[in-house]
Amino acid sequence: MTAPILRVEGLGARIAGQQVVESVTFEVPARGVTALLGRNGVGKTSTLKGILGLIERWGAVEFNGERIDNLATHRIIQSGIGYVPEDREVFASLSVAENMRLAERNGGPNRELVDELFPELLARAGQLAGTLSGGQQQMVSLARALVNDNTLLLIDEPTKGLAPLIVLDVTTALGRAAEAVPILLVEQNLQVVRALADTVVVLESGLVVFTGPANEFLDNEELTTELLGVHLTDVGATGDNA
Amino acid sequence: MSTIVLLIITGLGLGALYFLVASGLSLIYGLMGVLNFAHGSFLTLGAFAGLEIARRMDGASWITLFASLVVGAVVGAVVAAATEFFLIRRLYNRHIEQVLVTVGLALATVALFDGIWGTDPTYVTGPAWFSETTEILGAKVPNDRFVLIIAAVLVLLGIVLFLKFTRFGLIIRAGVENRSMVTALGIDVRKAFTVVFAIGGAAAGLGGVLASHYFGYVSPQLGGSLLIFAFIVTVIGGLGSLAGAAIASALVAVLQQFANYYLGGTGDLTVVLLLAAVLLIRPTGLLGSKA
Repeated sequence: MTAPILRVEGLGARIAGQQVVESVTFEVPARGVTALLGRNGVGKTSTLKGILGLIERWGAVEFNGERIDNLATHRIIQSGIGYVPEDREVFASLSVAENMRLAERNGGPNRELVDELFPELLARAGQLAGTLSGGQQQMVSLARALVNDNTLLLIDEPTKGLAPLIVLDVTTALGRAAEAVPILLVEQNLQVVRALADTVVVLESGLVVFTGPANEFLDNEELTTELLGVHLTDVGATGDNA
Repeated sequence: MSTIVLLIITGLGLGALYFLVASGLSLIYGLMGVLNFAHGSFLTLGAFAGLEIARRMDGASWITLFASLVVGAVVGAVVAAATEFFLIRRLYNRHIEQVLVTVGLALATVALFDGIWGTDPTYVTGPAWFSETTEILGAKVPNDRFVLIIAAVLVLLGIVLFLKFTRFGLIIRAGVENRSMVTALGIDVRKAFTVVFAIGGAAAGLGGVLASHYFGYVSPQLGGSLLIFAFIVTVIGGLGSLAGAAIASALVAVLQQFANYYLGGTGDLTVVLLLAAVLLIRPTGLLGSKA
């Protein structure tokens, strides 16, 4: 069994003096997709931000066998973690090409993969990112993380607010990315989780309450209903849950 | 007609000075959220550095003027970068402490300048052409106004080109929009902070030398008196907007000149009323996107 790529132990986090993550402990395997699940407001996004040091946090975070909880955010990213934030956070006043140029490290070694996955971005290179549709902005956000040679991706709700067809495109792109790099994925859409995730980590009230194989969890109606407030068979075509 | 032309060109000259201070203030606030009350000190120090160069060279020559401008800009840039590195860097997102430190630095540097150069104004002479006039549409415009306007336009162009075509410029533009996301792309945004302070300091230092020729003297209070109007210009233009600062600089200074001439010396009052009107009608300023 290979060592986990990411080990999080007793991670707590605070935003503006308010504790948003109590004490989270979990591991991300060195391959495949690990989904971080839970109801709204349990601290999934804050856990990702805490790992990256984007918010005040404490506890131990080990990446690739090295402690990173004492590093500044830019150093953590440079060590090989790609981050796709909730709500895309593209730079609206910069063009698509400038958004990409800003993200590229060492010349953007995966440029060909990005061009293959999101050919539309090539055609819109000169367009301001703020004028793109939500789906196109998500492509920019994903492309910024995929263009570099990362060894882990942290992706926060990539299908949020997207049309079903775009959700399929994004899911396909994430599946392709996951062939090369492990992903820690926060996702509310359980159909996307079903399609991508090998492992799930479930949070409740800022604590980990379940860790295990994704299919085992998603098939357990009692557990998903209790921890997520919804079961996969309850959700519609787009799979929005609580 | 000649009076109007004279007021407009003289106003644009004064606006050029405001812009040289406000451009740095606006960039610094836009990227870092820091209201830098010590910015006037960079201007004053630049002016005194230029003065020292002029004393050691032939004060009335163009070469001396050029050397003064370069040295003033370099001194402003170095001191501003050092201020960011040693004082401000530890205080990001701590706004009260930033105000205390920058106000304290402004007061301390004025006292320091008093100690070194004395409290009285020191008079400055430039090339003879500066004290001559050029007639435009019947108005006899002092020549130094043209130099001020050209310098401000060149600084504006230089900053725009820097922001548009360099990696640091890209980082600064992105950082003004979303600093946290720039960091989340693996970029050490603190280097950009230092660069922005240096650019702002260079523009202020350059402005200091030009202000000494515009007013005809240097005094320890020079930067402080211009800083007040530069802050007003920055707010009217929109905090963080370079184009807003440029437009507001011209608008405020021209309005100030007209009010001084036609409304019995009420230029300063008119500017404050304009500020109040902008804050009431458009709190984000002319081109600002956030308060």
